[in-house]
Amino acid sequence: MIAFLAMGGYAAFVWPAYGISLACLATMVAVTVRDYRRAKAQLTYATKQK
Amino acid sequence: MQTLANPTRFMAASQSILPWLAGAAAISLGAGLVLGFAAPPDYQQGDTVKIMFVHVPAVWTAMMAYGLLALASLIGLVNRHPLADLAARTAAPLGAAFTALGLITGSLWGRPMWGAWWVWDGRLTTFLLLLFIYVGYIALWNAIEDETRAARICAVLALVGAVNLPVIEFSVDWWTTLHQGESIFRAGGPLIAPVFLWPLFLMALGYTLLFFVLWIIRIRTEILVRQSRRTAMGISA
Repeated sequence: MIAFLAMGGYAAFVWPAYGISLACLATMVAVTVRDYRRAKAQLTYATKQK
Repeated sequence: MQTLANPTRFMAASQSILPWLAGAAAISLGAGLVLGFAAPPDYQQGDTVKIMFVHVPAVWTAMMAYGLLALASLIGLVNRHPLADLAARTAAPLGAAFTALGLITGSLWGRPMWGAWWVWDGRLTTFLLLLFIYVGYIALWNAIEDETRAARICAVLALVGAVNLPVIEFSVDWWTTLHQGESIFRAGGPLIAPVFLWPLFLMALGYTLLFFVLWIIRIRTEILVRQSRRTAMGISA
């Protein structure tokens, strides 16, 4: 386990690469889904106003 | 393509295809991660070879996204279809994010293997240019108020910027400085062992599918925004 985490001495490069990738992809998903939900709520609201 | 160009049909078709695409993306990424971490260290690069599984897919997706953005821009210019403009516009922030990821993960790979976070090598420089083109494209969209006009002008910028794509692709042959040459799609087969190639392809597939999932949701979002705007103005959709 410790050997795995050490990444053959390259832990300082391998893990940040995966961490940043995960953070970036997760943010993209979160923002995309949030905007979609907002647009959907907005349309429901606009339709009700009529 | 023609039938999907109708927003109502696009909404219906994308609704049914999205869960499948999202599921396939999750499976590809999961399998790619498992195989990637199970792969042995490379005999030259050690465990930094694992950075390849997040670097190369990000770069490929960034370039594919730009290709699709340019294609949608061309269709928007020629056919004057608003859905094509939406498709081009919504691809840009996603493509820019994948480009940034490609640059950051490349930097984290370059430091231990080349001894430098950054070098002004042909591949790196032209890829950085891709990020600037994305950012310029997004800024231009936001700078022009009239959407139809913005779409036209941005489409022209997108097509001009597309010249950079083949330059990135062939940069490793034209300027052989530091970045390695093509090792996968080459005559005579890939130079990479299958134990690295499989996780790489699964991750690349996962990144590609994830891009399409997010792109489709973003196009749907824009369609909904337009619908509520029209509803608010009292025009029936």
